[in-house]
Amino acid sequence: MTIEDIQQEIIEEFSVFEDWMDKYAYLIELGNDLEPIDAKYKIDDNLIRGCQSRVWLHPEKDGDKILFEAESDAIIVKGLVALLLRVLSNRSPKEIIDADLHFIDDIGLKQHLSPTRSNGLLAMVKQMKLYALAYEKLSQQEG
Amino acid sequence: MSLDFRKIRKDFPILDQQVHGKPLVYLDNAATTQKPQVVLDKVEEFYLKTNANIHRGAHFMANETTEAFEEARETVRQYINAGERSEIIFTHGTTESVNLVAFSFGEAFVSEGDEIVVSELEHHANIVPWQLLCERKKATLKVLPFDENGVLKIDELDGLLSERTRLVAMNHVSNTLGTINPVDKIVEIAHKRNIPVLLDGAQGIAHYPPDVQKLDCDFYVFSGHKIYGPTGIGVLYGKRKWLDQMPPFMGGGEMISEVKFSGTTFNELPYKFEPGTPNYIGAVALGTAIDYVQSLGVDNLAVREQELLNLATAKLKSIEGLRIFGEAENKVGVISFEIEGIHSFDLGTLLDQLGVAVRTGRMCTDPIMDHFGVPGMTRASFAFYNTEEEVEALYKALIRIKGMF
Repeated sequence: MTIEDIQQEIIEEFSVFEDWMDKYAYLIELGNDLEPIDAKYKIDDNLIRGCQSRVWLHPEKDGDKILFEAESDAIIVKGLVALLLRVLSNRSPKEIIDADLHFIDDIGLKQHLSPTRSNGLLAMVKQMKLYALAYEKLSQQEG
Repeated sequence: MSLDFRKIRKDFPILDQQVHGKPLVYLDNAATTQKPQVVLDKVEEFYLKTNANIHRGAHFMANETTEAFEEARETVRQYINAGERSEIIFTHGTTESVNLVAFSFGEAFVSEGDEIVVSELEHHANIVPWQLLCERKKATLKVLPFDENGVLKIDELDGLLSERTRLVAMNHVSNTLGTINPVDKIVEIAHKRNIPVLLDGAQGIAHYPPDVQKLDCDFYVFSGHKIYGPTGIGVLYGKRKWLDQMPPFMGGGEMISEVKFSGTTFNELPYKFEPGTPNYIGAVALGTAIDYVQSLGVDNLAVREQELLNLATAKLKSIEGLRIFGEAENKVGVISFEIEGIHSFDLGTLLDQLGVAVRTGRMCTDPIMDHFGVPGMTRASFAFYNTEEEVEALYKALIRIKGMF
């Protein structure tokens, strides 16, 4: 499935919720289900500091793909992190760089990616793209 | 006098609206207060009819504006009972006022090896300017701690002071814990050693305005938007004996007496510290806001806020797993809390979804978060226009959210 397919899938999943609180309840569920980041990666070097919540992000090269592990101390943020991982993890650097993440907007959670929200999510997306850029540069040099 | 607070609430049109399809419950008054219609009207009327730059033009509107600006200064003077009008400096807010003193007082009176004393309860705005000053002058910042209830360990203050202490800077009321600090004692202890005191009144001004002459503090600073006035206007009260000796903070028009390339002389107080075009409409509307709270009686408003605080405290305490931070005997209507197992960001997000506006996070008080060892808190803060029903709405929302985890 492409990044676009996954985004459509998520939009579909969220379309069943009429009440906003149900959307958040689902995000809490996703947050609870997210595998915790390996303790050895939950370090300050991997920390994205938001004013309100924190996100840890660790990239790992796997062949021509990048695997991300991530976690947050806030459960709603963790739920959103889970969605971002579903869309962007295990993808090639080029796919990650080119990704247009419209699903957050489409499921009505755009405010969580606005710069003013300062929960670390926007910085996490930027960081994922930066890692992708770096890996792409590296593979070009190696190639 | 018994006030009809339901009627008074109607003075604040912003409160009558829905957010996310739910009636707005605004409990973020410590961050900023809402504005009564009279303040909104004043701003509009001024721009519609009177606007002209102050102290400059000879024309009708310039004179009217200048007069209104100076009247507002007089209103502020009376509100805090300053000795003279020229001791009231208009700034952009508390933060600028503190920075002004940290710079100008620092230039005049602080040198290498000197000490400044703050408390662990301070907002970053009453910490960072002093840290910058200490860095500039190679001075040392000392910190008065607070106890588990959020009360300053006032008995330790004298021990922190030395002959090198140049200033004590503390808040009147804590923005995070709501503690009302014993400012008279702080001044008394510091003055015994002839050390001046700056009080950050951002959270005190709306509830317990000081009589600065009786209190005898050397500086008192606050923001207009915390007392139902507009944003972008604030006040620095300073005793003339200090202000006269302090060099200007910023240069520009209005603050000068004569400008020559061979050297410039400065205007007298308060203009020496008011360079450029001030926020005169903000100042005028701040005057209106002060008139408004005085017409209701500040004491009456404080009593009402205590009622809401007591009710909310009892309600919140009945929630299992809820912990209130800061339980000083003397508090304003501020409750910071956590619910076991729920991050403050999650709590704030879900409360917002239910129409309840609170503050979450570190509230510009990292040292308080570190003291309690928490990443953040959730804060409900009350104003006199809040209602018992809103306290109930907060309680019910918290119960509902708790059930989601």
